[in-house]
Amino acid sequence: MARTGFGRGQLRDPRLPPGQYDTGSSWPVLTAEVSPKLTADTWSFRVDGLVERARTWDWQAAHRLEPSTWEGDIHCVTSWSKLGTGFTGVSLDTFLAETGVLPTATHVVAWSHTGYTTNLPLAEVTGGRAWVVWEHEGKPLPHEHGGPARLLVPNLYFWKSAKWIGGLRLLDHDEPGFWEQRGYHELGDPWLEQRYSGD
Amino acid sequence: MPTLGPVTRQVPPGGARRRWRPAVVTGVHDETSSARTFRLRIRTMDDEGPAGRHLPGQHFDVRLTAPDGSTAQRSYSIASAPSPDGEVELTVERIEDGEVSPYLHEEIGVGDTVELRGPFGGWFVWRGDTPALLLGGGSGVVPLMAMRRYWAQTGRTVPLRLLVSVRRPEDLYYDGEYGPETTVIHTRQTPAGDPRPAGRLTAADLEPLLAGLPGPVAYVCGSAGFSEHASQLLVSLGLPAGNIRIERFGPG
Ligand SMILES: Cc1cc2nc3c(=O)[nH]c(=O)nc-3n(C[C@H](O)[C@H](O)[C@H](O)COP(=O)(O)OP(=O)(O)OC[C@H]3O[C@@H](n4cnc5c(N)ncnc54)[C@H](O)[C@@H]3O)c2cc1C
Repeated sequence: MARTGFGRGQLRDPRLPPGQYDTGSSWPVLTAEVSPKLTADTWSFRVDGLVERARTWDWQAAHRLEPSTWEGDIHCVTSWSKLGTGFTGVSLDTFLAETGVLPTATHVVAWSHTGYTTNLPLAEVTGGRAWVVWEHEGKPLPHEHGGPARLLVPNLYFWKSAKWIGGLRLLDHDEPGFWEQRGYHELGDPWLEQRYSGD
Repeated sequence: MPTLGPVTRQVPPGGARRRWRPAVVTGVHDETSSARTFRLRIRTMDDEGPAGRHLPGQHFDVRLTAPDGSTAQRSYSIASAPSPDGEVELTVERIEDGEVSPYLHEEIGVGDTVELRGPFGGWFVWRGDTPALLLGGGSGVVPLMAMRRYWAQTGRTVPLRLLVSVRRPEDLYYDGEYGPETTVIHTRQTPAGDPRPAGRLTAADLEPLLAGLPGPVAYVCGSAGFSEHASQLLVSLGLPAGNIRIERFGPG
């Protein structure tokens, strides 16, 4: 079978940022670390640092908060995107309303129960831009995708959406996380192709 | 707030966006019926240095541009050890319904040019200073081969052990290059005379490799299923989770 060019001959979907391709119904699994033995019973989520009252929620307490569902597109730095997919959980705005945020806070470090960390400007995770989610398309979030609960920051490359989320620490400065210390971009905006440090 | 492992911050020189650089193919050969190795020479030696100056485990992004200007890019691990000649080898498995890998296999030969950006990666890298246990399934052996080649070529005395998992004997990449440091296990069909029956990786396969390897860092690369299974086996054998690095492939 001779080919004269690559490409699938389809019109490029305008929802795809530059350099991305549509992975369709599949959802690749990417991990840098050993998956933790974490269940709804052992999971917890903590918000501390520059807040008025640090707090930890267990599974039941987090599920008493007002849930919301987000639907849209997610983008991985390894160049796949998954279009029109839905997650359910609780907005970070709801968690932060319960702890209060000190005016000096400018950034957050999200951390996982595994030790993974990732940094985000506070403005990128507030105002309806980030969630802690436990359902994907109406089913419990699979463990390999960060279940029982992960962060969801769909405006940025998916390494920011920390799997097995354990908490957020609010800071008055930026503190590069796991991949950001290892050559990946500090922010990770897919539309600006901010893949690697310096992009 | 926990943290993981040592860190090496890798900011490109000047902090500038790393450029796409044209690379000419200087050699092509088949590893198996579905995997092919491309030898590439980056044409311009600029401030980023020659292509060969990478760390074992790193990858390049490869970009193709169609006549209509549309592009596709994918990441490929570097199979070769760092080398002063400025050439690198990438081994690409052909994914039948894929967009890029069949094109590389069918259309790219000696003298053709593709674009490369990199090398990238600061986690799944081995600097040759810790005992290493390398576990590769299928095409996951590629970055591990860069580590093994580096170890062999520089005559390092730090212990390194490699386990390669393949379905059938004819699926083995880099056949003929392995030494006593390497164990090959077969999951579907064994070669004649192999005392180990065909089957997926077990703790019994790993135990002798871990024994006598002080404080190893394990590097696991392969499909999601292989990586998950192999890393959980290592934990069950007592290796701390913080000593295990997984690539399949890069961050999400
Ligand atoms: C850091 C990194 C290093 C990598 N190193 C290598 C390497 O050394 N050698 C190598 O061959 N590949 C490597 N890959 C994978 C490579 O980047 C591509 O994903 C792969 O070549 C498939 O691309 P494609 O365009 O042919 O298929 P696509 O068009 O991307 O995918 C076509 C279909 O195949 C599925 N698919 C995609 N990739 C795979 C896969 N690997 N196995 C099975 N199904 C798949 C997709 O879900 C899709 O349904 C690496 C990826 C990363 C992120």
